[in-house]
Amino acid sequence: MHLLGKLTWQAIPFDQPLPLISGAAVIVVALAVLVWLLLKGHVPYLWREWITSVDHKRIGVMYCILAAVMLLRGFIDAIMMRVQQALALHGAGFLPPSHFDQVFSAHGTIMIFFVAMPFVIGLMNLVVPLQLGVRDVAFPTLNSVSFWLTAAGALLVNLSLVVGEFARTGWLPYPPLSELQYSPGVGVDYYCWALQISGIGTLMTGINFVTTILKLRAPGMHYTRMPMFCWTALASNLLIVAAFPILTATLAMLLLDRYVGFHFFTDTAGGNSMMFMNLIWAWGHPEVYILVLPAFGIYSEVVPTFSSKPLFGYRSMIYATMAICLISFMVWLHHFFTMCAGGDVNGFFGIMSMIIAVPTGVKIFNWLFTMYGGTVRFTSPLLWSIGFIVSFAIGGMTGVLLAVPPADFQLHNSLFLVAHFHNVIITGVLFAAFAGSTYWFPKAFGFVLDERLGKWAFWLWLIGFWVAWAPGYALGLEGMTRRLQHYDRADWQPMLLVAAAGVLILLVAILLQIAQLVVSIRSREKRRDVTGDPWDGRNLEWATASPPPPFNFAVLPNVSDQEPYWDMKLRAREAGQLQTSEPHYEPIAMPRNSPTGFVCAFFSVITGFSLIWHIWWLVIVGLAGAYATFVVFAWRDHDEALIPAEEVARLDRANRTARSAAVQRQAVT
Amino acid sequence: MSMDPTSPDRPRREAASSREEAFDAGSRIGEDRIPGAPSHELPSLGAELRRYVLGLVLSVLLTAAAFLSVGTHLIYGPGIVMAIVVFGLAQVGIHLVFFLHLTTAPDNANNALALAFGFLIVCLIVFGSIWIMFHMNHNMMPARQLMDMQG
Amino acid sequence: MSAPSSALRVGRDPYHVGHGAETGGPEFTGHGGGGPAPKRIVVGYGFWIFILSDVVMFSAFFATYAVLLNARAGGPGPRELFDLHLTAIETACLLLSSFTCGLASMAVGARSLIWTEAALLLTGLLGATFIGIEISEFARLTARGAGPTHSAFLSALFTLVGCHGVHVSCGILWLGTMMAQFAAKGFRENIRHRYLCFSLFWHALDIIWIGIFSGVYVIGVVTG
Repeated sequence: MHLLGKLTWQAIPFDQPLPLISGAAVIVVALAVLVWLLLKGHVPYLWREWITSVDHKRIGVMYCILAAVMLLRGFIDAIMMRVQQALALHGAGFLPPSHFDQVFSAHGTIMIFFVAMPFVIGLMNLVVPLQLGVRDVAFPTLNSVSFWLTAAGALLVNLSLVVGEFARTGWLPYPPLSELQYSPGVGVDYYCWALQISGIGTLMTGINFVTTILKLRAPGMHYTRMPMFCWTALASNLLIVAAFPILTATLAMLLLDRYVGFHFFTDTAGGNSMMFMNLIWAWGHPEVYILVLPAFGIYSEVVPTFSSKPLFGYRSMIYATMAICLISFMVWLHHFFTMCAGGDVNGFFGIMSMIIAVPTGVKIFNWLFTMYGGTVRFTSPLLWSIGFIVSFAIGGMTGVLLAVPPADFQLHNSLFLVAHFHNVIITGVLFAAFAGSTYWFPKAFGFVLDERLGKWAFWLWLIGFWVAWAPGYALGLEGMTRRLQHYDRADWQPMLLVAAAGVLILLVAILLQIAQLVVSIRSREKRRDVTGDPWDGRNLEWATASPPPPFNFAVLPNVSDQEPYWDMKLRAREAGQLQTSEPHYEPIAMPRNSPTGFVCAFFSVITGFSLIWHIWWLVIVGLAGAYATFVVFAWRDHDEALIPAEEVARLDRANRTARSAAVQRQAVT
Repeated sequence: MSMDPTSPDRPRREAASSREEAFDAGSRIGEDRIPGAPSHELPSLGAELRRYVLGLVLSVLLTAAAFLSVGTHLIYGPGIVMAIVVFGLAQVGIHLVFFLHLTTAPDNANNALALAFGFLIVCLIVFGSIWIMFHMNHNMMPARQLMDMQG
Repeated sequence: MSAPSSALRVGRDPYHVGHGAETGGPEFTGHGGGGPAPKRIVVGYGFWIFILSDVVMFSAFFATYAVLLNARAGGPGPRELFDLHLTAIETACLLLSSFTCGLASMAVGARSLIWTEAALLLTGLLGATFIGIEISEFARLTARGAGPTHSAFLSALFTLVGCHGVHVSCGILWLGTMMAQFAAKGFRENIRHRYLCFSLFWHALDIIWIGIFSGVYVIGVVTG
């Protein structure tokens, strides 16, 4: 037996310049950053304040950074695919099939699991405890473990670029193609283990947030006073808790097939590959709503704030959210109507899929009526929201079209489908991530982003998206199927060229967003948010300083209204001064930092990598290390540190002074 | 006794913290309960023990009934499967009530709701999969097998 | 034990089935009027949610087993494979261990280290016996040519039952860690919280076993 299992020098793709050069470039950049950090002496700061931090705000920011970096990686894949399809009429283009297949698999996997998921989870981390008026999530250290496990999964997927290969099976590895017989390489194993590791992290996030939202809220915050984003976060995390175990079980079965010769989904010995499709979509459809429900929540925060009006139909929004949460578990078959479950089964799931559009429609009308009659400020977060409402309505309607089984038989696996889900994910989830990160950026960092560049980026994203994907709808109706490495229909090429132009517009948009970040950071002193309430907000996250102190609130706020901070602010403005007298400050106990998450992720990367390459002794080392980490964490005696009352008083008084000045200013004008 | 980090300044919580010393107090009045915690209605260890023993006895009876329904003819043949399902569900209920101390009181609302949600999902996955896969297997059966059946 | 609760206890069903709360009203229960819940409630509820997610995972294996039940590739089915006597012994072990786990909870409540450790040791031994029987049964099946690679049905059977076995094994590892913590740290608050989670985990494994022994073994022998 080889000491390194299947790992040899052949695993490094020396013969393929493209992945080799890009991989080398990534390694060089990473090393350069590391050297720079070491030389500048930033490493202890990073370790102390970020890597071992269990503060939900820091973890939220790290999630968003991970998502943004992975968005760049996934977007490079997207450019490669669009260019390939624009070139590959009658020919080979520049990507050989084996490479093209890896690119589209990696693109989907990364965009869903390591861009969309970390973005929404990151924003939930940053905002939910603040909106609930509490000091942290239910399990802060677990939260750090969740983040680092997600990062570990992302690392494994990116490692496949330089060591070995990635799956060529699409973002969901359908058997029998993904079975050992047809995919003997390590690609599918990279996919499975990366997702198992990050899936555990996501599941723990789900548990953490369900508990936080149900058990940790400021005094007086009844269910019907919870901000809409918290409601959607609750629904989304309930779906995580209920759906991710199915993914874990399904991938475990695929791994058992591949590693020890079981027969769950094989062609032989009674295996049934249709069962994989059934189970993976029983997870996969709720996953769609795990992503889009928090997005709806973000719009439900942005729209009222910039319309200076309470959310229209708050209660109907809650019912709609929870209805979507339940119905999303009863529609999964619409992903495989064409697998011939028969008329009655297809009919049931088709009708359920159409029904789920109803609560979504309720939401769209609620946002529109929130803006109607309000004092609307067209800031970039609101522009993202309006862009979303218009584009998502179209994406949703194409979805209802696909929910009709006979139509689906025509459109299944065509570019029409691909255009549909890009339409809902980009203009639904990604636009929400941009809206939310612009909206809450001052809360996280204490200064607002540049609005002019932000608006430019929005318009280019909106136009770029439609230029890139409107042709997809048309091509799908013409019969072009997804994942084509080359094609022979000359009349498709013009539209594919348009799509490629669209992706270039998106490239400019992304460059503008990077510029927006750079410009804003450089001029941050001019952009300081002193009062902690830069947008005239309505919920409790704006009741504390920007960035908030580690303990969020010196004294937990008492909630007596559906929009607690707006209520407080109105009363203060009417009176011309803050309505609460200075509280009696007491020391606050906060959870201590812990390297548990980072160390856990380290061992899980080792375990995952050695499982992929069959290095069995290293698997045992990794698992033993993870267990030891667990015991060391369980054994510690002091898990909390006290923030002295003087420190609490100093931080809170500064914020009270700034707020008091703002209230007096507003009372005069 | 560490400070409760979330709200050191609320008198109600302080009272609760001092009572936290008595772990067996389980669920205090006015607060949510959690499954599995010993509950405060049973003040003596004897009463608590009696509850566990009662749960054990009922479980043993139901288990025995399930196993005995196979070998013997005590139950009408075609009904055996249904009987075993009923025994199993009843035993799950016994465990939830006697070992996990789950109730339907409002202070248990979150626990029971979570359980109901989980139960719904489990039913959807199991029965949904069986329903879907039965139809697919039927419609997608290889021609040879189909002929075998007809022959 | 506080006075008001004993006063209110009179004449009530001690198990609370179908009853309202004794006092406090909805403002303080579940609906969030009362502010953040104490650590114990938070920990217990979080673990309860974890257990539900674990049950969902088992349901995926159950569903697969049900779908692949007749995919035997000419191999043996439940009636030829299962020995209900062994299953009965396994069930007895696990049920008793659930009971001793409850005894350990009482001992923790009474702050008796010796009884806690004894009850936990007994729980662990019963769990280990269960695992031992299961491993020997798996070995027996594999030896007679009915291993998990033989047919889809056997793959599903070994995975469903084996997944439960892995959970019990992890539970035993956790139990050992728990015993060491009680011995080294005493009945500290956070360790009691962890014990609460452990007991939830162990009881939940027994509940899943009810599904396996009736749904897989007993019904399997009945229907063949």
